Formats: sequence, structure tokens, C-alpha cells
Amino acid sequence: MDMIYAPAVPEIVLACLAMALLMAGVFGLERGRIVSWLCVVSLAITLLLVLTGGTDRVVGLGGLFVTGAFAVYVKVLVLIGSALAIVMSLTFNEREALDRFEFPIVILFATLGMLMMVSANDLIALYLGLELQSLSLYVLAAFRRDTLRSSEAGLKYFVLGALSSGMLLYGCSLIYGFLGATGFDAIAAAVGGGDPSLGVVVGLVFLLAGLCFKVSAAPFHMWTPDVYEGAPTPVTALFSVAPKIAALALFIRVLMEPFGDLTDKWQQIIVVVAILSMAIGAFTAIVQENIKRLMAYSSIGHVGYALVGIATGTEEGVRAVLIYLAIYLFMNVGVFACILAMRQKGSAVENISDLAGFSKSRPLVAGIFAALMFSMAGIPPLAGFFGKFYVFMAAVNAGLVPLAVFGVLASVVGCYYYLRIVKVMYFDEAGEDMDRPLPSEIGVVAGLSAVVVVLFVVVPWTITDFAGGAARTLFSG
Amino acid sequence: MLEVGLAHYLTLAAILFTLGIFGIFLNRKNVIIILMSIELMLLAVNINLVAFSRFLEDMTGQVFAMFVLTVAAAEAAIGLAILVVYFRNRGSIAVEDINLMKG
Repeated sequence: MDMIYAPAVPEIVLACLAMALLMAGVFGLERGRIVSWLCVVSLAITLLLVLTGGTDRVVGLGGLFVTGAFAVYVKVLVLIGSALAIVMSLTFNEREALDRFEFPIVILFATLGMLMMVSANDLIALYLGLELQSLSLYVLAAFRRDTLRSSEAGLKYFVLGALSSGMLLYGCSLIYGFLGATGFDAIAAAVGGGDPSLGVVVGLVFLLAGLCFKVSAAPFHMWTPDVYEGAPTPVTALFSVAPKIAALALFIRVLMEPFGDLTDKWQQIIVVVAILSMAIGAFTAIVQENIKRLMAYSSIGHVGYALVGIATGTEEGVRAVLIYLAIYLFMNVGVFACILAMRQKGSAVENISDLAGFSKSRPLVAGIFAALMFSMAGIPPLAGFFGKFYVFMAAVNAGLVPLAVFGVLASVVGCYYYLRIVKVMYFDEAGEDMDRPLPSEIGVVAGLSAVVVVLFVVVPWTITDFAGGAARTLFSG
Repeated sequence: MLEVGLAHYLTLAAILFTLGIFGIFLNRKNVIIILMSIELMLLAVNINLVAFSRFLEDMTGQVFAMFVLTVAAAEAAIGLAILVVYFRNRGSIAVEDINLMKG
């Protein structure tokens, strides 16, 4: 069989760079900051290769790997998310004595896994990409290995993540057995037309359960708050963006490409999962005191909104989800930059009540934080509003009106806890002042995300056109 | 004589897989048992894959099983490493002691 390597060049280059940096770290280059910047450069090189690779659909590596406008769009988001997470970790890691060179390199391997997931065109490729990502993330969650909190987060994440991998794999084995193929194109051909056997449907349900774990959608979300709270904050920032975007992209590809003809079978599952995620995200976040736990529930809610778009099963829905993911990336990175700026007397603080008086001690950061919270709550004209707007429009056009109505109601409830943070920052009695000065890279990341969130309304087509092209490639073939 | 067919293999795999899941959720004693349950689940999947591969007369399933074995080894290594780190901090690996953060 002829092997075509061209579509996988960015991944191959990233893998080589990551291994070279690992060797460089082992044999001498022990300064964490230098390795971190080299890792950011590696991600930038990969981003460049992804962007210059073209957006035509090309299948390579013996049918296991596929690129196209959809893969390029998601890979750009994943690479930006990972690079910003590394940049945000620089000062935090130095202050918390975590600046070992392995940290950014493990992030590189996780990113490699995410890129492989996004481009998977076969159940085997899907599984290997997902596991490379997950195994790296387990290590990252437990990275602060001298504290009980972080190691407990790693242990919980590992046990539940391995369980979800097992379910996903069991689903894969049933799909393989009842359709006789693991390639997505062959599966699509075998599924197309005719009623699928029960084994295929059961397999698909197991596969979806495994994927729901990875994106932390509602009945499978229980690991999220503990892992978000226990993991070091830059790792939480990474968890909340890059792996989630990659796993949602995988979700879209699996449902639209191989199982595109079974929409009526999986649609009801996704609708239920979306409703549960939105409800749990909205209601349980209200009582949270720890801001990282709050962000965990918030991310469960956001996954619910993204699933509303997926549930439509239409090109418009996929386009809406892709726009949502881009906006979600910038909002979340910005919020975590603000959380990393929360330090009192030389140590990080994580309670919402510690934010009291933030607007007086650091007016600029507090302003950015408030803008991001308004955006998360979906207040126009900020970007978060448009993300939700496109998703709900797609749901209404696909005839899922009750789902869209429920989504709007859930986001109204969600407003309460986002706005509570703004209220604590601006109106509560000031407590301890936040430390100065802010590390410059944190300020740059927060400012950048605020600019994107605020200016999206002026130039929305920069993202929407790209997302539209990406969604079209999934439905044209 | 009983002919052993695909259905027997699938039933065996389904039973092992269920035992694995219950081993994770019902076990209140030791995290090592959870790790063993995870292995049991992955091996149940392997029985499925190899049985399907044999009855479909298609090699893909066996290749998949090889990959699953490899990943399972890596997974066990990382799981044990995290467990050792946890034990150093907590001094115990009993499941009911993993309760610092409740969720």
C-alpha cells in the first residue's frame, strides 16, 4: 500500500521536536523557562505547517489520517490554546517551584495527541490519539506531586479517564464487529441506507459515553470539579480549553462522518446529554465558593451549549459549534489569566470572596475580568452572546425549539453566578490587596483575550467565514 | 459436543467487562483493585476484538488488539506512578481516604 505522509507532516514535526526537547532537557538544558519558550516556538512552527498545509481534504497514512478545512480550523484553536497555557504557566511554575523542563514537554505530547484525534479517520487512530492526550493529561494533573490535592486530582482523573477509555473501546469493538471495518469511510458505507443492527447502536452508545467523559458532558461530568480544583492552575487552564476543543471536534467528526446517516438514532442521546449538561452547569455552579470549581461547572454548561449545536446534525449547527469553540477558547484563557493574577502575600488564592476589592487594587485586570464574565454570561455585544446566538439559531432552524428554549433559560440562570463575581469585585468590602506587579505575560494574555471578546462584534466574519468553510467540508463528501 | 461460536466469546467478554465496571464502582477497599478492574475491562475488549477478527476473517481486529495491549501497558505504568505519588502524600491507598475534595 502506498503511504502518503504529507497530511501528517505537522504532527510528525511536532513529535520530533517534542522528543528532541525532551533529550535537550535530560542532557543539560534544565532551565524551565528556556524549554517553555522553545515549546511555544515548536507549537508556532506546527501552527505554521498546519496553516500552509492547505484546506483540501487529503487522506493519508493508509487511510488512518485525514486533513481538511475542518481539521485545520480545530488544530489552529488547539495549538493556540496549548501555547497560551504554556505561556501562562511560566511565572506560576517558578513561584510554586514547579519549573521543571518536563512540564511544557508533556503539554507538547498532549497537544500531539489532540492533533491526532482531530485528524483521526479510523477507530484505531481515534483511540491512539485520545490515549496519547489522556495519558499526558493524567501526568499534568498530578504534576505538583508534593501536594495531596494535586495527586488526588491526578488519581481521580486517571481512574475515571481509564474507565471512559474502556467504555469507548468496548464501543469501538462492537462497531468493528458488526460493521466489519474500523475506517470511517468504510463505516459510513456500511451504515449508509438500511437499518443498522442492534450491535452497532449499542456500540455507538458506548462510544458516545466514552466521548462524553472526555468532554465532561453531564451524566459523566463528576471528575471535572475535583480535577479542576486540585490541578495546578495553568494545567486547569489547559484542561478547560485545548482537550475540550479537540474532544468536541472528535465528537463532531464521529457523528457527522461515519454515523451521519444515523442522525435519528444519536440525536435523542445528544439532546438529553445537552439538557443535563446545561442544567448541571447552571444550577450547581451557584453554590460554589472556589473559583476553579466554579469554572469547572461553567465549562460543563458550555459543553452543553456546544452539544446543542451538535444535536442539530446540520451544517449550520456544526458551523455554530465551531464559532462557539473559538469564542470559548479566548474567553476561558482570559478568565484563567485573571485567576492566575489572584495572589495575596505571595501565594495564590482561589476563593471568590478573595476577589473583594479587586476593582480598587487592580482596576485594569478587574475590568478585563468583568468583561469576560459578561461575555461568559452571554450579554450582547460581547463575543459570548454571539456564540450562544448562532448555536440556538441552528437549533431553532433544525426544529429543536424546546432545546433552544431550555438553553436560553439555562443561560439566564448562568448569568447569576457570573454576575456575582462582578458584584464581589466591584461592590464588596475590600479585603486583602492583591500582589503587585502582575507578570507581564499574564497581562498580555488577559489583554489579548479581552480584545478578541470585545472586538468580535466589529469583525465577526474573521471567525465565522473560516468556521463556515470548515463545517462545509464535513457535509460535502 | 458444544460448538463454541462467536456468541460465546461475546458473552464472556460482556461478563468480564461488566465485572470490571462493577469492580471500579462497588470496590470500597483498595485502589490497586481499581487498576486491576481497568485491566479487566481492556482485556474483555481484546477478547471481543480477536473473536470478531477470527469470525470476520479480517486482520484489523488483531492489529487493534495489539495497540490496545500496548496502550494498556502505558496506562498501567502511569496509573501506578500516580498511585505511588498519592501514597507518599496520603500514607494510604484506601478508596474511602480519597476524599479531600468532594464531588
